[in-house]
Amino acid sequence: MAASSRAQVLALYRAMLRESKRFSAYNYRTYAVRRIRDAFRENKNVKDPVEIQTLVNKAKRDLGVIRRQSLALSPRLECNGTILVHCNLCLPSSSDSPASASRVSWGYRRPLPRPACLKRI
Amino acid sequence: MLLRAAWRRAAVAVTAAPGPKPAAPTRGLRLRVGDHAPQSAVPADTAAAPEAGPVLRPLYMDVQATTPLDPRVLDAMLPYLINYYGNPHSRTHAYGWESEAAMERARQQVASLIGADPREIIFTSGATESNNIAIKGVARFYRSRKKHLITTQTEHKCVLDSCRSLEAEGFQVTYLPVQKSGIIDLKELEAAIQPDTSLVSVMTVNNEIGVKQPIAEIGRICSSRKVYFHTDAAQAVGKIPLDVNDMKIDLMSISGHKIYGPKGVGAIYIRRRPRVRVEALQSGGGQERGMRSGTVPTPLVVGLGAACEVAQQEMEYDHKRISKLSERLIQNIMKSLPDVVMNGDPKHHYPGCINLSFAYVEGESLLMALKDVALSSGSACTSASLEPSYVLRAIGTDEDLAHSSIRFGIGRFTTEEEVDYTVEKCIQHVKRLREMSPLWEMVQDGIDLKSIKWTQH
Repeated sequence: MAASSRAQVLALYRAMLRESKRFSAYNYRTYAVRRIRDAFRENKNVKDPVEIQTLVNKAKRDLGVIRRQSLALSPRLECNGTILVHCNLCLPSSSDSPASASRVSWGYRRPLPRPACLKRI
Repeated sequence: MLLRAAWRRAAVAVTAAPGPKPAAPTRGLRLRVGDHAPQSAVPADTAAAPEAGPVLRPLYMDVQATTPLDPRVLDAMLPYLINYYGNPHSRTHAYGWESEAAMERARQQVASLIGADPREIIFTSGATESNNIAIKGVARFYRSRKKHLITTQTEHKCVLDSCRSLEAEGFQVTYLPVQKSGIIDLKELEAAIQPDTSLVSVMTVNNEIGVKQPIAEIGRICSSRKVYFHTDAAQAVGKIPLDVNDMKIDLMSISGHKIYGPKGVGAIYIRRRPRVRVEALQSGGGQERGMRSGTVPTPLVVGLGAACEVAQQEMEYDHKRISKLSERLIQNIMKSLPDVVMNGDPKHHYPGCINLSFAYVEGESLLMALKDVALSSGSACTSASLEPSYVLRAIGTDEDLAHSSIRFGIGRFTTEEEVDYTVEKCIQHVKRLREMSPLWEMVQDGIDLKSIKWTQH
C-alpha cells in the first residue's frame, strides 16, 4: 500500500477536527480539538514513510473512536436508548458485526432504526 | 437524520451561549443539554423532551476526587458491556476465552505503565481495597516474626484506618510526622525502622496537598534494611513516571478512577522477585493467584488497562500542559491577592493539585461562593465533616489557615478558560469576603491578631 500523501493526511486532519466538534461535552470537545491540532503539528516534519503510515493508522483508529463516542455521548433528544445500543453495535468497532446486533437487542420489539452513523465516507 | 437535526439544535444552543460578551462570567460555564434521566435505556416519552433549554453545570476543578472517563477508555470498554459479556474464568467456551484474553491484555497494559511483570498485577475493586490487601495482608502473613509497621501522618484514610485496625490486633504502628513541606524526614524513617518492622507505607503523591515524597530514596532505605515498601500511588500513576524496579517498590496501589478510567476498579502490584507474601483478605475460588478471589469485572479492567495505556502515551503532553496551567493559576491568584499561602513543598510537588489557604476567609464560605466551580477543601472522604483536614494539621498549618484552604485540581481536560474563570471568581469572592471580615479590618489597621486577647462570653 502506498504511503499516505499529504492530501490524505490533511483530509484526515480535517475529518478528525470536524468529528471532534460534535462532542456535546465541553471538556471532551475542547480536548479533542486541542490534542488533534497539537499532535498533527508535532509530527508535521516526520519524513520516514513507515513512521508516517503508523501515525496515520493511529489517527484513523482515533477517528473511529471520536465518531463512535461523540455519537454515544450526545444528548438523546429524539432517540431513545435503542439508538445508543445499535449505533455502537453497527459501527466498525474492534469487534462487532451487525449480525450479532439483533441477538443482543434485549427484547426491543421495534425494527432496527437506520442511524446516520452508518453513512460512512 | 432526526439525530443530526437534534445535534444541530444542541450545537446551536451551545454556540449561541448566554452572554453577548466573550468575557462574561457565563462564558466559562459549560452547557449541557440536560435530560433528567440520562442513564435510562427505557424508551423515553419523546414528546416530553427537555424543553427548558440547556442546563448549566459547574466547571470541574476537583480531579483529585475523581476524573471524567476518557472517551478512548469508554470506547474500549463498550464491547465488553454489550457483546463480550463472558466470565473470564469460564474455561470451556469462547465467551470465557475472549473475556480472559481481554483481561490479560489489560494486565499487560497496567504492568507496562509501572515497569512491572503482568504476573505481578492483581485486579481489585479500587485503591482502598489494594491498600487494605497490602497493609493487612503483609502484616498478617509475617505476624509470627514481625510486629511493627511504619506509615506517615498524611496517608489516605484507608491506610490509617487499616493500621488502626491492626493495632487492635496487637501490632505496633509508628506514624511518622512530616515536615512543614509535607515531605517526611528520611533520617527519622531510618531511625524508626526496627528489626521487627515488616512494612513501610508512604504515599507517592498526596491527594490533598500534591506533595511528592522521595520514593526512590525511601525504596533504597527499605531494601537495604530488608523491609517491604508499599506506596499508595493512586494519584501518581500515569501522571509522573514510576518504575517499581528503579524505585525498589514492593507493593503499589493503583486506582482506576484517578487516571481517567472507570470507578470501581483498581489494581495492586505485588513483587515476585523477591517474592512478597500476602495473606488474602477475600476468600473464594482462588482467582487472581488466590490473592483476591471473585470474578474479575472484565469491562472495568479493560477500562483500567486502556486508561493506563492512554496515560503512558499522554504523560509528557499532559504534564507539560498541567504545569503551565498550574503556574498560571498560582501566579494570577498570588499577584492579585495578598496573604495567600500554598500548602506543601513548591518544588517536590505535582502541579495538578494545588492547595491554597486564603487568610481571613472561611474555606466553606468561599466554596459556597464559588458555586459554579466544583472545588473541594481537603479530600472527598473528609468533606462531610467540618473538621479541618488532618493533612494540613500534620504539616503544621495554623488552625485558622487550615480552615481556609481550597484544593484546585487541574487535569487532562481542564481548559485555559476554566482556569481563568476560576481565578477571576476566586479573586472576586475572596475580596468580597475579606471586606466583610472584621479580622481583615483589624489586620489592615495594623493589629497583630496573635496578640489579641479574646474575651469569654
